Amino acid sequence: MTAFRVILAKDLRIELRTLESVPAMALFAVTTFVLFRYGLDRSSLAGGLAAGVLLATVLFAAIIAVNRLFVAEREEGGFDAIRLAPVDLTALWAAKAVALFVYLLALELIAVPIFAAFFLDSWAGIGPLAAVLVLVDVGLGAVGALVSSLAASSRARDLVGPLVLLPLLVPLMIAAANAAQPLLAAGGPSYGDVGKWLLILALYDLTFAAIGYAVFDFVVED
Amino acid sequence: MSATLSTQQKPPTSEPTGTTPALQLEGVRREFDERPVLRDLSLTLEPGATLAVLGANGAGKSTLLRILATLLRPTAGTVRVLGHELPREAWKVRGHVGLLSHEPLLYRDLTLSEALRFHARLHRLGDRTDERIAELLAAVNLSRAAGELVRNLSAGMLQRAAACRAVLHEPDLLLLDEPTAHLDPEASDLVSSLLAPAAGRSRVLVSHDVQAALGAADRALALRPDGSVAFEGPADQLSPGDARAIYAGRA
Repeated sequence: MTAFRVILAKDLRIELRTLESVPAMALFAVTTFVLFRYGLDRSSLAGGLAAGVLLATVLFAAIIAVNRLFVAEREEGGFDAIRLAPVDLTALWAAKAVALFVYLLALELIAVPIFAAFFLDSWAGIGPLAAVLVLVDVGLGAVGALVSSLAASSRARDLVGPLVLLPLLVPLMIAAANAAQPLLAAGGPSYGDVGKWLLILALYDLTFAAIGYAVFDFVVED
Repeated sequence: MSATLSTQQKPPTSEPTGTTPALQLEGVRREFDERPVLRDLSLTLEPGATLAVLGANGAGKSTLLRILATLLRPTAGTVRVLGHELPREAWKVRGHVGLLSHEPLLYRDLTLSEALRFHARLHRLGDRTDERIAELLAAVNLSRAAGELVRNLSAGMLQRAAACRAVLHEPDLLLLDEPTAHLDPEASDLVSSLLAPAAGRSRVLVSHDVQAALGAADRALALRPDGSVAFEGPADQLSPGDARAIYAGRA
């Protein structure tokens, strides 16, 4: 637990100091909203289209952070430094997953109000949408940290990250879209099947958290 | 480079901290993409002793250090470090080894004291952390740079900081890859003192300064350019001339 806290604190301190990930993600998200607004030629979205625009934007913004997640470990010897210490290496994966989760929450605090201002007639669905986004962020954190560590040890890391990450995230995105769609429906949120999709999201998160915990050691060892 | 290493006191081989050899290697081989960089390496190092590793660039010296540091697995052979077999018992070795390599292993966007504190916490130094960091920084004349970002340090300052990082947790085995590279004579003296032989501390010293390395060592290992062993034995049985012939691939 100590190693987890130490690594997480180090990552958050460096992000606060350098502002390398979250501002880039936020800028990407805002630019994407502008592109969607004029590309779709719509000033109002609802239901599946609104959910799709928001989730696709969060997903692609997450890739920016995933690509940067292990840069310091790779380029500044962090992998070696941590492996030389008497710590469980899964602490590194857990710290990176939580760091990514925090970056995504920060992104959404900026991007979701802008999305709502750009596209939504009513903000009534935003509150319940938070539960969907938190579960999406947990899944993105768990899978993103694992894939990022894999990509970091590959020569074609910029390709490997998205190519491995996106297929793994398809089930997460399907469940999230189905959960978010009724919450962003025209005329206000409805809650019919939302509970079922939230449960599927939670199961996805648990599954990939367990996989990350089980395999991370093998990914980072020689 | 490390002329000062030759002036260090001989390692206290007569004062081992235990009876278990610090290193036991048997038939170790390491390949990269089926290209061998270390071939059939066997050696034993007693606790508290220093091993000098000599060889031309690409002879496998740094690879050997990474294997001993648990960062690389041997392709074949048996490696025991501090009595524990690698890679199976790597977790028992970690925390007892200090590695000073070509990379400082310090995060560039942390201040020097933050970076050392990060390592101290990983190694669970506890309440001694701040005192130990201050003591080490003072020893290498870096106290005034404690608040500087690591990315702003010069190469020499980085090397001194990396030496502090390597000994921060008082390891039983120090793995030193050209420890005084980038250092001026004064800084070289400071770092050499920090990394000097100490009771119970075994050392593996990679250096291109043949005379200094042999002077500071109890045993020597000389590797040919193809990674095979040209000499393994007491350091005083390898003359600097023979070592240079090995470098040149003539022995």
